[in-house]
Amino acid sequence: MSQANERPGNRGLPGPWPNPEDALRRPRRPALLLWAGLAVILLVAVLGVAQGSFSIPPVTVASILWRRVIGTVSPAPWPDSWETVILDIRLPRILLAALVGGALSPAGAVYQGLFRNPLADPYLIGISSGAGLGATIAIAFGLQMRWGGLGAVSVFAFIGALAATVLVYTVSHLGGRTSVATLLLAGVALGAFLSSLTTFLMFRAADAFRTVHIVGWLMGSFALSSWPRAQLLASVLMVVGPLLWAYAHRLNVLQLDEDQARQLGVPVERTRLVLIVAASLVTATAVSVSGVIGFVGLIVPHAVRLVWGPDYRFLIPMSALSGAVFMVLADGLARSLLSPAELPVGVVTAFCGAPFFLYLLRQRKHLAF
Amino acid sequence: MTFSFNGTTVLDRVDLHLEPGRMVGVIGPNGAGKTTLVRLLSRLLTPAEGQIQLNGRELSHWQPSEMARVLAVIPQNPELPPTFTAWEMVLMGRTPYLGWMGKESEGDRVIARRAMEKTGVWHLAGRLISQLSGGEQQRVVIARALAQQPRVLLLDEPTAHLDINHQVQTLTLIARLVQERQLAALAVFHDLNLASQHCDELVLLHRGTVVAQGSPSQVLTPPVLQQAYGTEVDVMPHPHSGRPMVFPVCPSPPSAN
Repeated sequence: MSQANERPGNRGLPGPWPNPEDALRRPRRPALLLWAGLAVILLVAVLGVAQGSFSIPPVTVASILWRRVIGTVSPAPWPDSWETVILDIRLPRILLAALVGGALSPAGAVYQGLFRNPLADPYLIGISSGAGLGATIAIAFGLQMRWGGLGAVSVFAFIGALAATVLVYTVSHLGGRTSVATLLLAGVALGAFLSSLTTFLMFRAADAFRTVHIVGWLMGSFALSSWPRAQLLASVLMVVGPLLWAYAHRLNVLQLDEDQARQLGVPVERTRLVLIVAASLVTATAVSVSGVIGFVGLIVPHAVRLVWGPDYRFLIPMSALSGAVFMVLADGLARSLLSPAELPVGVVTAFCGAPFFLYLLRQRKHLAF
Repeated sequence: MTFSFNGTTVLDRVDLHLEPGRMVGVIGPNGAGKTTLVRLLSRLLTPAEGQIQLNGRELSHWQPSEMARVLAVIPQNPELPPTFTAWEMVLMGRTPYLGWMGKESEGDRVIARRAMEKTGVWHLAGRLISQLSGGEQQRVVIARALAQQPRVLLLDEPTAHLDINHQVQTLTLIARLVQERQLAALAVFHDLNLASQHCDELVLLHRGTVVAQGSPSQVLTPPVLQQAYGTEVDVMPHPHSGRPMVFPVCPSPPSAN
């Protein structure tokens, strides 16, 4: 048994915890773990940037980035092309991968908590199928447009994702209340409907190039990463991320039944609405810039929960950090496994994520959701 | 106060008053409206007519968290997430006092610990809910209600799934807390004898209306009970407390041996 199962009544508890209550915290040192997670991201990001069609020593990558941060203009001992490759091609891609992982994982944690269902993921209530249909329309009809550095595919995917969520929520909102079960079923039904439209459009297009494009988008990829995409997702995350974190304690209380949550003073309807809107917004943005990347939003929160317990105040930020690390590593594999060809990153997340998840389930059975 | 649902009146003209240090017991046959009453008082439902006042202020005027600081509920069969620890569960009682980031202070932790010591579950603090017995879970829920530092306590069949030993322990504990902290308490009971033993006042509900209201010896009389439950009963004083005890009269009593 873990230390959390010791009798905590012992006042003479040794160790750095002056109060007996502190020994009961799960995890013991949350802040330290979060800083460590941040450090791991920086490390993985530098390694990710170093790797590619030709590799650059990680130390050099770090110095190039550092020089950019402090703004030195003195001549550098490496070719200018390296800086271009790093700053214009590899860095936005790594950053976007980290942001998408850091968006989908806490969103998945929030959905699992809202629905009190371990199988929930960010795509549960129709976001992926809505985004998929939007992107398919843009690709199949060859729509052209630019909007703040984003193409028609992204814009349509975003609109599709939000429209699907709003539709599902409206359908299940009856008499001032939202039934979680209805929300879930409406999401599944609408998802099937939209997917059938997507498939119809794919067959109707009857154009091999466009079909490959659609399938590739539906699997998710960072091949089209750019600074504007990363900036868009970063700004949405900067607003919505803290909001999700601030609502984490209410999400804890919602793990009780609805009546108890109300009796503990949590305004259940409003909390649920805020969380659904916030989680859907980050998910829709992530999907519109990278396609439908599966599995991260499902397994990363579970992995964090299995290791550090179910407290959402830790789970949400730690899921964001772990999701970012996981996604950068997955993208690294997607780029290198069939090099110079590239795999859709969704293939890698499922291939690596599922066995790891099964292993975790076996290891810590008593901590399952 | 009256409450209707889909055109059916579930509770009709119920008039109740709770006072500090007193426990009011609500009894009545299945479907009499006992649980509906608790749900109305904790604002999970809204009355169709009449009013419910808490500290002299209309219930609907209270903010959710403000109300949870004054009124705590111990539900009939609470669903508890199995992966939280007993400690985390009791700390949730501090929810209405937390700031916008939901972070507990040192003071919140001390209050939660005191509540657990009071209900005798502090030694279980680090255990997961799934590792606790039914009686232990019930005491954790009581500790959570205490951590809310309420003035009013509502209990919906607090001992429904407990064995006889835990029934006595739990109700004695609640009666002591009602006295010590001068809580105004209302408890729903299925078991007439437990209600008789532990309550200062009883309210007998039948089909949503109050049939009898008063001290246990005023309410628990054969004619009143027969009218409400439709079964013949004998009432005798408890050998120690002298409170009335109710015994159903079986039409054809089976042989004792």
